[in-house]
Amino acid sequence: MNKRLLIFAIIIEALLILSCERITPRVPADDQILDGPVDGLSSAEKRRFLAGDAAFNDEIFTSETGLGSVFVATSCGSCHAGDGKGTLFTTLTRFGQTDGSGNKFLHLGGPQLQNRAIPGYSPESIPAGATFSRFTPPANTGLGLIELVADADILAMADPSDTDKDGISGVPNYGHLPSFVSPLPNAAPQNGKYIHRFGKKAAAYSLLHQTVNAYSQDIGISSSFAPFDVYSGLEIDPEISNLTINNVVFYLQTLKAPIQRDQGDPQVKQGKQTFIDLGCESCHKQDLKTGPSRVSALSNKTFHPYTDLLLHDMGSGLNDGYTEGSAKTSEWRTPPLWGLGLSPNSQGGQYFLMHDGRARSIEQAIEMHGGEADGSKGRFKKLAQSEQADLIKFLKSL
Amino acid sequence: MKKSLLIYLLIICGPALYGQTDTSFFFSRVKQDSSKLKLNMDAVYNRPFLQMGKLPVSLGGYLEANSSYFSTDGISEGLSFQLPRLTMFMSASIRQRIKFMTEIEFEEGGREINIEFAALDLEFNPLFNLRGGVIMNPIGSFNQNHDGPKWEFISRPVSSTTIIPSTWSNVGFGLFGKYSKKNWVWAYEAYLSNGFDDKIINNNQNRTWFPASKANRDRFEESFNGVPLKTLKMAIRHRKVAEIGVSWMGGVYNKFKDDGLVLDKKRRLNFIALDINSTILKDTYLNGEWVWAYVDVPDTYIQQFGNRQQGGFLDIVQPIKKGKMLGWSESVLNVALRLEYADYNVGNFQELGLRIADHVYALVPAISFRPSAQTVIRANYRYERHRDLLRNPASQTGGFQFGFSTYF
Repeated sequence: MNKRLLIFAIIIEALLILSCERITPRVPADDQILDGPVDGLSSAEKRRFLAGDAAFNDEIFTSETGLGSVFVATSCGSCHAGDGKGTLFTTLTRFGQTDGSGNKFLHLGGPQLQNRAIPGYSPESIPAGATFSRFTPPANTGLGLIELVADADILAMADPSDTDKDGISGVPNYGHLPSFVSPLPNAAPQNGKYIHRFGKKAAAYSLLHQTVNAYSQDIGISSSFAPFDVYSGLEIDPEISNLTINNVVFYLQTLKAPIQRDQGDPQVKQGKQTFIDLGCESCHKQDLKTGPSRVSALSNKTFHPYTDLLLHDMGSGLNDGYTEGSAKTSEWRTPPLWGLGLSPNSQGGQYFLMHDGRARSIEQAIEMHGGEADGSKGRFKKLAQSEQADLIKFLKSL
Repeated sequence: MKKSLLIYLLIICGPALYGQTDTSFFFSRVKQDSSKLKLNMDAVYNRPFLQMGKLPVSLGGYLEANSSYFSTDGISEGLSFQLPRLTMFMSASIRQRIKFMTEIEFEEGGREINIEFAALDLEFNPLFNLRGGVIMNPIGSFNQNHDGPKWEFISRPVSSTTIIPSTWSNVGFGLFGKYSKKNWVWAYEAYLSNGFDDKIINNNQNRTWFPASKANRDRFEESFNGVPLKTLKMAIRHRKVAEIGVSWMGGVYNKFKDDGLVLDKKRRLNFIALDINSTILKDTYLNGEWVWAYVDVPDTYIQQFGNRQQGGFLDIVQPIKKGKMLGWSESVLNVALRLEYADYNVGNFQELGLRIADHVYALVPAISFRPSAQTVIRANYRYERHRDLLRNPASQTGGFQFGFSTYF
């Protein structure tokens, strides 16, 4: 009996060791998750990606490491769970600018509200008379590809005077570069201003610009690029190294683009055709291409973000009376639609769409389109229910 | 000088060398008094000790070592080996009814060395004992009764280490006592000690995290805010039924005043715990603990740091074979199951009105073999689901652990 018991125990143990990988949780399919690097990174680039990943997702700031004193979130990953879109819980509030002449409330804490504070401090509130807008955090995926689109390609999609009379008149958001940002290759400046492309109003020029602002305005972390305390406005020592910021920028640059699912599904194919027929693609451009890059995995690639990176008038319903850069208050940058189907995975199983998460479904988001998108919305509403379902299925496959 | 050194070496080394072949010459096992009803609060003395001759000092300790292979959402760091803790304890009877006991733990191969317990007990009456020193706050059962060889599971219960930050011990004083009659025993404990600090809501876990206060070594020298942490426990046991314990621990965690200046209001924390253990159906052993924790987190702070936590575990251990196995005459083979849960943020989002998640469930089937009561060889499979704050799809962790834990 004892011998049998011993043999039984040894066999069970051996089976367990041999089957470790078979009976532990499986890796989700690549097209079901947003995180992960682009294909083709070198070994050194992968190490840098991992360093940026750790800083972005694992580094939680405390008052000892520079958090606040007023802030919105304690880490980058708090707002971008799984590198996806955020929810109302992590929404940013910006205030104090109504036109292209600049923000009139910078002396009162603008442009961003830090609505949380470490114990012993009071968070900010929106000053009287300031208009504001709320922004839910966007997904981070594929941003490196977007950064490498040449200004000339963006300008080629613009039609400020609506010369083709299709009702769509995209314009770029021009702005001055902060001192720490250098122009990207293929930039096409106009009167000393450069085309910005990141953010709901396209008010950030590059991923470095966006990252430095986010550390400062969202977490209250000063850097050598922006050496200011967000609470007092005084110049202080950097609370994060340049290396960490550069690693985070590299991480954002090399996060893979979302992978479309069910491309062969007839309903998805039909939905895609409907998307084109309705004119959605006038703004949500399928194909963009990158220019040359030091990261060969990003160089000269065609990709499918479904955006033109331009500002469009979206009508009075989406006009919060607040703006950034040269955008008008009713103008919003076309958000990329890639990854839309995976949004609920980072939004607690629900949708929080449009700039402030007010749309709780894709249908609602379409309904909220106005201004230049009025025509497409009208055509969508006239579709048969099955055609609408095809379109939604296509959008969810992105 | 040389002569005295030689004599000294002979005295020290002689018995030690002899002891290599006969441990009973140098040390002997202290016999446990099994006639009395034992409670979780007795765990600190209810351990196998070795005694050197007639000296009033007893020594003991335990070692835990294991290997583990875990994978989270299919990503594994591979197989690794751990030495989570080596614990040494020593007790001394100074005089009749005056005892000293200490427990020193080397965690993770010596990376951390902690005095988990170092207290003097003065017995005036069985119902009235004074204890002072480094005490283990009697909240729940696991914090006091945590020796590895007593458990069939390699990992400690999640709620008992991350909500109750076991082993949670502090410098303090207090009273304890017991009253027994026939099959019943009733006991109480009441202590004042140093306590928590504001790290519980200012830490790199991004959640209210009570273990963060353990990093504050100053708590063995001074209180963070001058307000003592109070811990009370009552337990009752019937020999044939069960032991049930109810405990409370409460205090202030923030520095509300510094250098005479008022900085904030006093922010409280409170723990309430229930614990139970029983043997049913002749030899099926059940052991469980549940804890609720409440913290006054400033309203203007981020909601990731919740003001309520709760969690617990239930262990079921079933011996399937007892007797002589593999040459050991008093060995036992057990199957066991642990169910556990910890919710780090009970409540709703202010912005969404939806329930906050940030909780973990785990299921741990286990097989353990005890060649003697003091030694356990364990194989565990652990399956764990962790849902983040926003209720996004849960991350799944699964894996094996194999190892042993033994008193020596």
